[in-house]
Amino acid sequence: MTPNAPDSYAATSCRTPGTVGDSAPRPDGPLKVRGAFAYSSDLEAEDMLWGTTLRSPHPRARILSVDTAAALALPGVHAVLTHRDVPGRNLHGSMVVDQPVLAVDTVRYEGEPVAVVAAEDPETARRAAELVRVAYEVLPPVTDAEAALTPDSPAVHDGGNLLRHVPLRRGRAARGEPLTADVVVRGVYEVGMQDQAFLGPESGLAVPDPDGGVSLHVATQWLHVDHDQVVAALGLPREKVRLHLAGVGGAFGAREDLSMHAHACLLALRTGRPVKMCYTREESFVGHVHRHPAKMAYEHGATRDGRLVYVKASIVLDGGAYSSSSPAVAGTVATCSLGPYEVPDAEVDVRVVYTNNPPCGAMRGFGAVQSCFGYESQMDRLARELGMDPVELRIRNAVAEGSAVANGQVLDHPAPVAELLRRVRDRPMPPAAPPEGAHLARTASRGESVVRGVGYAVGFKNVGFVEGFDDYSTARVRLESTGGQARAVVTSAAAEVGQGVVTVQAQIARTELGVEQVTVEFGDSSFGSAGPSSSSRQTYVTGGAVKAAAEAVRARVLERADRLLGRPGTATGLSGGAVTGPGGRVLCKLADVLGDEAVEETVEWHHRPTFPLDPHTGQGDSVFQFAFAAHRAVVDVDTELGLVRTVEIATAQDVGKAVNPQALLGQIHGGTVQGLGLALMEEIRTEGGLMQNPSFTDYLIPTVHDVPPMHVDVLELADPHAPYGVRGVGEPPNISSPAAVAAAVRDATGLDLPRIPLRLEDVAGLTRTPGSGVR
Amino acid sequence: MSLPATMDFLLPDRLDDALDALAARPGTLPVAGGTDVMVRLSRGRERPPAAVDLTRIPCLARWEREAGVVRLGAAVPYTRLADELAGPLPGLAAAARTVGSRQIRNRGTVGGALGTAWAAGDVHPMLLALGAEVELVSARGARRVPVREFYTGPGRTVRAPDELIRAVRVPEAEGPQSYAKAGRRGALVVATCSFAAALWPSRGTVGTGIGGAADTPLPALEAERFVAGELAGRRLWQSLEPLPDGVLTRFGELAAAAVSPADDVRGSAAYRRHAVAVLARRALGWVWDDYRADARAKEETCA
Repeated sequence: MTPNAPDSYAATSCRTPGTVGDSAPRPDGPLKVRGAFAYSSDLEAEDMLWGTTLRSPHPRARILSVDTAAALALPGVHAVLTHRDVPGRNLHGSMVVDQPVLAVDTVRYEGEPVAVVAAEDPETARRAAELVRVAYEVLPPVTDAEAALTPDSPAVHDGGNLLRHVPLRRGRAARGEPLTADVVVRGVYEVGMQDQAFLGPESGLAVPDPDGGVSLHVATQWLHVDHDQVVAALGLPREKVRLHLAGVGGAFGAREDLSMHAHACLLALRTGRPVKMCYTREESFVGHVHRHPAKMAYEHGATRDGRLVYVKASIVLDGGAYSSSSPAVAGTVATCSLGPYEVPDAEVDVRVVYTNNPPCGAMRGFGAVQSCFGYESQMDRLARELGMDPVELRIRNAVAEGSAVANGQVLDHPAPVAELLRRVRDRPMPPAAPPEGAHLARTASRGESVVRGVGYAVGFKNVGFVEGFDDYSTARVRLESTGGQARAVVTSAAAEVGQGVVTVQAQIARTELGVEQVTVEFGDSSFGSAGPSSSSRQTYVTGGAVKAAAEAVRARVLERADRLLGRPGTATGLSGGAVTGPGGRVLCKLADVLGDEAVEETVEWHHRPTFPLDPHTGQGDSVFQFAFAAHRAVVDVDTELGLVRTVEIATAQDVGKAVNPQALLGQIHGGTVQGLGLALMEEIRTEGGLMQNPSFTDYLIPTVHDVPPMHVDVLELADPHAPYGVRGVGEPPNISSPAAVAAAVRDATGLDLPRIPLRLEDVAGLTRTPGSGVR
Repeated sequence: MSLPATMDFLLPDRLDDALDALAARPGTLPVAGGTDVMVRLSRGRERPPAAVDLTRIPCLARWEREAGVVRLGAAVPYTRLADELAGPLPGLAAAARTVGSRQIRNRGTVGGALGTAWAAGDVHPMLLALGAEVELVSARGARRVPVREFYTGPGRTVRAPDELIRAVRVPEAEGPQSYAKAGRRGALVVATCSFAAALWPSRGTVGTGIGGAADTPLPALEAERFVAGELAGRRLWQSLEPLPDGVLTRFGELAAAAVSPADDVRGSAAYRRHAVAVLARRALGWVWDDYRADARAKEETCA
């Protein structure tokens, strides 16, 4: 593929339009652009009530009593529920079941749900929630992740504050030998708490069913893992709880855990009426998990000619009050801790810790973002120490197919790390002077003190779930004739969260079945699981399931065609609505073969197995695919005021196969910008466990003025193990862009800048950074 | 803490009716664009007994020019201020253009900003630099308060509970004006801190205002006195020479000495003190350089 030329994508043509490799238009696109798409917050039902949540104002407290009488007495209030009203298991959690559906005798973070209310309108519900009297005994919160690991720290949960420790030992470290090298550089790096900042707040509608069950329409990333937890909380038989996907207004990991799911169902079952819940923006910030803040002490040893010898790292992640997906995030941090580099010896310890800070969990990049900022900052520091070009140093140590990464896994698919770096390096630089009128912020500078900087980073991450978890997908494909035309219907429970998985499924069905008309239907929780829309995995895994189901359908249709034609082995393919034989010769119309008898197959498709990490060495083939991307960032910095304008970002990424080039570009642009946001502005600030900026007034995400022109260079080196050779694409753009932007600001300012997001005072050189080494 | 069950929302189309409502029930909240107060209401931070909508009162949404002063109705939205008054009020129009997003500017008003009196609000520094006056009116009568006496504390002003901000009277520009704003994002951002400078050649002064660096917006009085003295003492109004770097730097230092900033999510106190000095130095340099360029251009035209 010609790099970075959207026009070149259109040149990929197939006999049936809209197949794999085409930029097939997404069916939800026009609706979303026109503002007509129904998101979960737009759901309504006749006679519906509104639910609201009473939340803890304290990050750590004992609940002495809860009195709901005054709330219940308010006219228009239909139910006020506490933990006593949870008929099933009053705990949820997608991995570790440790989070109360409604708090019992302890609250562990600001915003923890204590009671829920259903009332005739949202205002009445909110007033009723204010009338619930909760007596708290406020306790000093545990807010420092490192201090939480000391023996005298209060325990957030029984069993202590260490949520998971992933040790990783390679080479000499595994043999207990000391790690030494000619050149050693050290640094301590920090990453702040990023929010997914989706625009569609947590929302949904629970409708009681005549059979005593309940149907929940909700925006989520994975119906089935939600279903398990809601069923457990309600104490109902599985089949009496039905989850349906509602319109999802963005996810990025923040919809992997339950929010209002069980609450709305409890209220609907109690009142016998449909109950809608929709978080306010401020509530949304405490209503979902965030990216883990990380503190990372790194030590890199190298030879004088720039070969990495060893890496030592001690990484502490703040998991917040509940586990969410913290255990898996810690594993990803460890597996990605050395970067896409050949490192013979390594001693890495990753610890994720309970605190009374906001719970952290899944966010795009899932730990690989934090470690990338650590190891890439170190690579720049090492390059300076060696007097080497930073890109050259990276290329010299880059992994390739056949190399082993941190978990000892040998890469058995393309891993073009050096090539990705060369591509971003060799791209022409943007013009030296900013174009007229493009000063940093026209209101602060007319060009005073503006210095240009350039930074590079490369990153990698596993695609899909790891460590032996089987995140299979289920797809049903039906081929039928209607009105003399063949059409396909694809069903899966893959959550469309804006990434375009609906379009991709249709493209695969068209490719395999040679029909233009494809309908994609959402399966609810009674359909087989598709696994989550997480971890860059849906095109690979659900794509694999749709491909396999379509292939099974095709085989049966070809058999039937052979029978009809009376000549076994004649029909070899489906294309352009016809059955074709050798050489693509049309044998008959597909619709005629189908007649009144549709062909349908359902496939549960599994990727190749993965294996656990050794609990002592962190070694194991825990990953079925790795994905790679590199970024070059060019910035202009007003060094006096600490203002940064990103001038240009160039990125290169191996995607295996561009299934939908336009959607792919959207992923790469969006992920890169989300990373730029982490580097420059996106941070939830807490003080004593209390969130300081739960609104878009002060939680800043990049606007159109902050997003630079981007050059996207796409490699398509097929992974032989993956359907169509695809490689997950959603997360890699998000992994190396923060490190590249931070490196560019360092280049412009000459400052150490060991922490992202960069604050104005950091970039203006007003922040002391003890212990991180002097540049 | 039980909040009132309901809140009356009044929609008068005459100013007198709005004033009667304010007089009848103290604590009634005037609402124009609602870009500040509706956020506070919907977050449940505030539940006044009543709110009075001002958008149907025609006289509040008008501006007029008389004798070198623009009388700007309190409910004129920022978009109109920026589009219609950039000639006589270039500094205020420039500040208005940095407020929020287009949607916010379509609704937000200078009157509303004065009512909220948020120290980081974008129009306050320029109102201070321009020596504006606030027109307050109540059923008891009307009065004018210089904006330099208007802000009394965080979110507090001299406005009495029964008074309405009717208009703000802003002297028309007689020289270059500049609004310099530092924030963490390229647009749609609350100022971490800001500085306004306006040149008044007829008086030989530079008006100033600082935002986001104290409990209230405030002028840099020492810096004003200092630069007026330097401009006169060095005969720069006559020579049109550049301001010496030392003067620019000292002006910035004096501006920074006027502030008492806090640490918050938008920036540290140390940053604000530093940035006010930088912004003040730059803003003064810009207005003086622009003045010199304008004067030169005028000379050439005459010659």
